[in-house]
Parts: sequence; C-alpha cells; structure tokens
Amino acid sequence: MPDPSAYTRRQFIHSGLAMVSTVASVPVFLSRSSDVMAQTSGPLPSNPGIPDDRILVVVQLSGGNDGLNTVIPFGLDNYYKNRPALALRQNDLIQLDTNTGIGLHPALRPIHEMIGDGLATVVQGVGYPNPIRSHFASMDVWHTGDTLSNKGHGWVGKAMDTTRSKNNDTSLACISLGPQAPLATQGKHIKPVTFDRPEMFRWAGRDLHPALGKTYDQLNTPPTHQNNNDPASFILRTALDAQVASDRVRRAVDQRPATSFPGNSLSRQLQMIAAMIRADLPTRVYYVAMGGFDTHANQAGQHARLLDEFATAMSAFYRELEATGHQQCVLTAAFSEFGRRVQQNASGGTDHGTAGPMFLFGPQVNPGLIGEHPSLTDLDDGDLRHHTDFRSVYASILDNWMKIDSTAALGKPFKHANVLRV
Amino acid sequence: MDTSLTPIPPREFAPAQARHLLLRAGFGGGPKEIARLAESGLDRAVRSMLDQPPAPSTDSAPPIDPDVIRPLTEKERSQFAKAKRNKDEASRSALRRLINERRSQDRRMLGDLRRWWVGLMIDTPIPLRENLVLLWHSHFASRHRNVRDTFLMYQQNQLFRQHADGSFAELARAVVRDPAMLKFLNNDQNNKRKPNENLAREFMELFTLGEGNYAEEDIKQGARALTGYHVEDNDFVFHERRHDRDKKTVLGKTARLDGDDFVDVLLDQPACPRYVALKLYRHFVADVSDQIDDVPSPNRSVIQRMASMLRKNGYQVAPVLQTLFKSKHFYDPKIVGQKIKSPAQLVAGTARTLGTPTRSLGTLSDALRAMGQDLFDPPSVAGWNGGRSWINTSTLFTRQNVCTYLVTGKDPRKKKWNRKQAGYDPMHLLADIDSREPKPVVDHLVDFMLGEHTPAPRREPLYKFMQDRSKGVTPDSMIALLTLVAAMPEYQLC
Repeated sequence: MPDPSAYTRRQFIHSGLAMVSTVASVPVFLSRSSDVMAQTSGPLPSNPGIPDDRILVVVQLSGGNDGLNTVIPFGLDNYYKNRPALALRQNDLIQLDTNTGIGLHPALRPIHEMIGDGLATVVQGVGYPNPIRSHFASMDVWHTGDTLSNKGHGWVGKAMDTTRSKNNDTSLACISLGPQAPLATQGKHIKPVTFDRPEMFRWAGRDLHPALGKTYDQLNTPPTHQNNNDPASFILRTALDAQVASDRVRRAVDQRPATSFPGNSLSRQLQMIAAMIRADLPTRVYYVAMGGFDTHANQAGQHARLLDEFATAMSAFYRELEATGHQQCVLTAAFSEFGRRVQQNASGGTDHGTAGPMFLFGPQVNPGLIGEHPSLTDLDDGDLRHHTDFRSVYASILDNWMKIDSTAALGKPFKHANVLRV
Repeated sequence: MDTSLTPIPPREFAPAQARHLLLRAGFGGGPKEIARLAESGLDRAVRSMLDQPPAPSTDSAPPIDPDVIRPLTEKERSQFAKAKRNKDEASRSALRRLINERRSQDRRMLGDLRRWWVGLMIDTPIPLRENLVLLWHSHFASRHRNVRDTFLMYQQNQLFRQHADGSFAELARAVVRDPAMLKFLNNDQNNKRKPNENLAREFMELFTLGEGNYAEEDIKQGARALTGYHVEDNDFVFHERRHDRDKKTVLGKTARLDGDDFVDVLLDQPACPRYVALKLYRHFVADVSDQIDDVPSPNRSVIQRMASMLRKNGYQVAPVLQTLFKSKHFYDPKIVGQKIKSPAQLVAGTARTLGTPTRSLGTLSDALRAMGQDLFDPPSVAGWNGGRSWINTSTLFTRQNVCTYLVTGKDPRKKKWNRKQAGYDPMHLLADIDSREPKPVVDHLVDFMLGEHTPAPRREPLYKFMQDRSKGVTPDSMIALLTLVAAMPEYQLC
C-alpha cells in the first residue's frame, strides 16, 4: 500500500519543465508583509508571560482509561468483589501505599521507577461534579475546563490567548500531533500547528517549477491587516501559518534522538516532541493523544498493552530530555476523559464511568501518590465520587508552572492541587 | 441573506447556479455537464440529480468475501479448548496464526473496499447518492477498527446506499439491526442480566435527538429495550432469551418496548426531525454549528422549515432536498462558495470537474486518511465534524498536494516527474472560449474552478504567471495553472 507520507519529499530530480527546487526556508513574501509578520523572518521571540524555559506537554488517553485497573485499590475489599474476572492479584501489583492498599498495574513499572527518581506523580480520583458519561461531552469538559457549557474554546488556548500581544508572534506557540487540532488547544486567537507526520508538511507543487512557488506564495499571502472571519480568510491564515511552521518543524524532527525510543506510536510522537524541544522552537505547549482505552469487552490484555505503551513512552521521553539537557524545562500531564464503572460488565470489559487518576511527569512534580483513593462503598449510582477537581490540577499547572493566571482559562479561581514543587 | 425556500425564478438558473448545484448535490462536474444542466432548466436539473435508479447491481461490487471473518467452527473450538487444556503451545499458536492471517486478509479487503468507493465517487452517474452515503456514514458512524469485519462494513455501506434519499425513519430502523453497528456499539453484548448502554446512548445523543433531549434514565431503559439485538456471523439475530421483556419507560412512553419500538419512540420526538434537518443542512448548505442553539437565527429558521417538511413527509429525504436545491436560500451569495469541501468532495470533485485521470485509487484513499477522512474509520461514533475542522496547517498541505497529484500525475512516492507522465490534456477545459490570451484563459478557469464571484485582485498573480510563460497557453502551462488554482484557499470552498 502506498505510503501517504510520500506526499511531500524535500528533493526531487526533475526533467522536462521541472528543475530542482531551491526555495529559501522562509518565503520572501514574509519579510515584506506587515509588522506582525515581519517577526517571523528573524529569530522568534517567545511569549511574554510564560518563562522561556517552561514547556507543557499534554498526553490525552482517549476512550476512558480504566483508572481502577491502573492505580489499583487492592486494599479495598470491594475491588475484588466488583471485578471478579478483571481484578489484578495483589502479588502482581507494584505496591505504592501499603496502608490503604494502593498499587500500580504491573505494566506501569517504568512509571514506578520514575516516581523513585522524583519524576512522576499520580493524582487519585480526579473528576468533576455531575459527571457526563459520553466520550465526546466529557472530553469537551476536560478540553474547555468548563463543566456547565462544554462549548467555546479550550483551556490551553484560552490561557495562551492571554500571552498574545501585538509584537509577539504566537504562530508556533502550540503544536498538536494528530489528525485534528484538539479543542483544548483552540483559543480565540491561538490556534495550534497540527500535523500527523512532518514529511507531509509542505506544498509539493514547488518542485514542478520555481515559478510556481513564487505565484503560490503570492496567492497564499493575506493582505495586510486582514482580519475577516469568512472561510476564505480563515484558510488563507491557515496557509500562512503552515508555511512558516513547515520548515522549522521539519528541520527540527530531522535530528536523530540522543537515546533510543520504543517502536510504539506514542513513543514516536514523543520522540518528535523531544526533537522540537531540543531545536528550541518557541513552542510552549505540545499536545499528543493515544487512543484505544474504550475497553467495553475483553479488557485485560488490551489494557495491559495500552498501559505498557504509555509507561515505556513516558520513560523514554524523559530519558531523552535528560540526555539533551531539557528535563528541567518540561512538565507533562496525562489525563483521560473519564474512568470506568466500578463493576465489570458481562463482556470481560468495563463501561463508561467517572473519576480516574491523572499522571504528571517532570522534575517539578511532587512525586508519589497524591490525594485519596475514592471510596468503593460510597458510590454515586455505581460510580466513583471524584476527590480532586481536574481544574485544580490545571490551575496549579497554569499558575505555578506556566505563570499564566488560571482564572482566564477556567473562568474562576480554583484551589491548587498540591502536585508541583515549583 | 434570503432564507426563502421558494424556488428561484427559472431564468436565474444560469451556468453559475448549475455549477453550484453540481458541487453541492454531487461532487462537481466538467464544463459540458454544467452547460447541459444549465440548458435543461432548474426543474429538470434538480430532478436529474435526484433521479436515482435502483442501487447498482452486484456487478460493480468490490471483491469482498463474506467469510474471511467468521465464527470458529465446532471443530476449531474443540481443538482450541483441547490445546489449552493440554498446554499444547504448538497447536495453540497454529490456531492463533490462522486467526491472525484472517485478520490480515480482512485488512487487505478493507483496502479494496476503500479504493472501490473512491472510484465509485469519481465515476458514478448518480453523485448525489454517493454524497448521501457519505452523510449517513458520518451520521451513523461505525469504525472498522472496532468492528474488524470488512464484509459488515460493506454491508452497512450498501444499506446507506439503499436508503440514501429514502426515508430516514426506515434507515434508522434498519441501523438498529445492522450487524456492523451492533458490533461497533457493543450491543451484541447487551443482555437482560447486564445491559450495555452504548447503543442506546448513541442512538439518542448522536443518531436522533442530540444532547439535552433525554435523561440518563432514558438511556438505561432504552438499553433494556435493545437487549438481545445481537449478531450471528454476518446477520442480525434476535435472542429472545437475552431480551428484557418487562415494561420500560423511555421519554414518557411505557410499554414492553423492544429495540424497534425504542427507535419509533425516538422518531416521534419533536427533537428528531430538527436534529436530522440540521445534519442535512450542514451537509448540503452551510458550515453552521452542530448545536442547534448556536446556529444563527436566519439559518435556524431554514432548518426548522426543513424539519417540519421531514415530519410531514414521514422523514422522506428526497422532497426536502428537492425544495432545498431549488430554493432562493440555496443560491444566496452568502451560501455560494462559502462551504469547506470535505476531503472526499475535494478528491472526487477535482477528478470529476477537471476530468483528470483517476490515477491510483490507493493513493487517493490514503490521501483521504491523511486529510482526516479515513473511509470506514471515522474518528468516533460522532462521525466527522466537517466545516473548519477539516482545515489545519497539515491537512491544508495534503489537500493542495493531492490536487497536484491528480493534475500532474507526479507519483508522490517517486522523486522523478516527467510532464509526459501527466497523461492529461487540460485543453478540453477551454473548448468554450476561442481566445488563447492569458487573461481570458485565466478568467475562464477561475470562473469554472473557483466561481464567478472570485474578486479581481485574487486573479492578478495568475494573470502575471500566464503572461510570463514564453510559449503562451500550452498544455504544460495549463497544467501549471490548474495546479496553482487548486492550491488557492478558495479552491477548498464550494
């Protein structure tokens, strides 16, 4: 099957009317357009408001991760009663808290090692009031940070909007890997640069003839001070962002990593992020997603594989950051839109539930186990009651790490969850 | 904006309107098709789009073997059990390998199926039907990734084709018994003793009513109504003993509801026609919000009238489309050229309008995935959101690059390109004009590819480009020009 990544290739050998392209990395048209655009031709300044050496990586575990089989309350009787087929035996777990009886799924050994190195923490029972059990609606709540009307802009986007100023280029402020830009990263003004694969990130028509590139640049340059919201203007702005981002990103990810990464999909994405961090892109937030957590049937094997991918990828990512000297700069937060019901279903799986654990990584975290495990007896219609509001984790990340006033993103102040040492 | 659903005066149906109708109802058409449609007049033009002969015979069916994924035979099952009992690792791994081979074969068939459908969109004489199949695929979204059975996905695709512009009610009733959907939403595991709520929830939230028009309790009761709606091999089966025969109350209606009754209860809700009308409107008319309350009131009033037409016509889709495609609203300047093409519209539309060779269907279907429209694997049960969500910094490059591929034939996997490999003569696009001067040629192509409404300053760089070609308007410079026009932001719109 043809490789879709083959859509763009840097070098072509041409015959006929085509010649080898020698297009400069930043298009000429940028340097003579408006003041704001002129910024992109020189070294890019970073965003005021977020310290230069502070980066946030968000890892989305899509589908609703089964928190109860991730951070496992083996000390609570009802765990075994509700999960006759799915419960993990105490001897197989990595024990974290022997008083209450909390352990990690054995596939999370790499994360346990990171906790030992002061690089990881587990926040228990994270959720929100009146939980929604629809993937999409609950994901929207997590993305917007708004439990009442899960519409509008994303929490990262709204936060980043406040760092925007006239003399400040924010076109690369946020990068998301994946087929679609996640709502979390969409601000009123800030829009993420989004791509699946860096090789596809360029217009191939340039290779046909140099004259095409010149005309293409003219056709894809917005008139100065244009700020219309019609679809053509929207696409034109996107084209310009794409052009600027294209060369920088592709140059960055061409570098070989300093360490080795596992072959799984999340690792490949985190390897690219490590390369972009190493190349000093002005990007302050990176966003990746890993799917497959919607385990309604035959969960045990699938879930172990998913957790293995997650844990080995995170561990490899921080090893690479350490090797390139960037570990201090990077805080990572991993979440899922909800946990799953306490009781397993008849298909060897679990259905949509409520609260679940969040993971944070980086030398800035308070390592270990944070908060209390939700009760398995005091349930809300068969579901866990959350212990920590996810927005109190967001608030701590925004205020203490990103140095952005969290109320702009969350609409009101939230008490900080005690997750960071900074 | 004109929100009237009364027809435009017949004399206002000119080539520009015929072009718009072809782009929105189908995937667009070449100069000859536009001229033919414009000459036939509004009524006949719209009727010709809606005039749908019965679904194609099986001659054109893709090579799909219904038995690649099948239940284990009695013999295989006992072999498995025996091997497990005896800890006979060799036999166990042999059996596992057999299953894995079938899965690989199924993945290959999925590739065949994708190529077949892309080819059909490009070649079909009934483009509106394929356009509607795309809509229903996104509305009643199922994913091969979860279903893991290509034949079931094909069967579902044919179901959408069969009901394409028929009754939405009949389609919904068929979907609740569709094996791919039952597998996708785990209803094959929904039993009296342990109900699985997935299908009930999505049927209300995403297929018929929209969020906020039901309560969590309705989902629980609805799930009970759907118990026992299972799949056996490739067919729907009703397992009476796993079905909950007690009374349920869904949205105020109390009875011994089964799955079919459950769907009928939903279809009776006033929210349902409105929800379906919004889907039709977003697919054919404008990129408004998928939340009815966020739709601007002029557009919302059109949707409401479409909804009452649906209700009056027993959910028949064709009469609504017929009214819509003739309406003043549909041809309003604020509607024309303001909608973002889906990747499938872009690909099939470019091949159909420019008359390019089809090239490799495998490359085209891979490009659809890269542009976010992986056929038979929508991102979730919510389908594709459409509109601006199609466009981001990376899909935009791929959108431009797939058009370059169709026009020039430059194989994206190979480094070399010779213009002779283009195998495409674009001069037929100029059949209707005598001049071969750069400016009229550019204007003619811009009107055809982007629409007459394209303002003069947007045309200037193209004039300059053609004026600079030392050999004038030749097949080579025309190919370059088409590549450029297809890379303009406006080309992403229809």
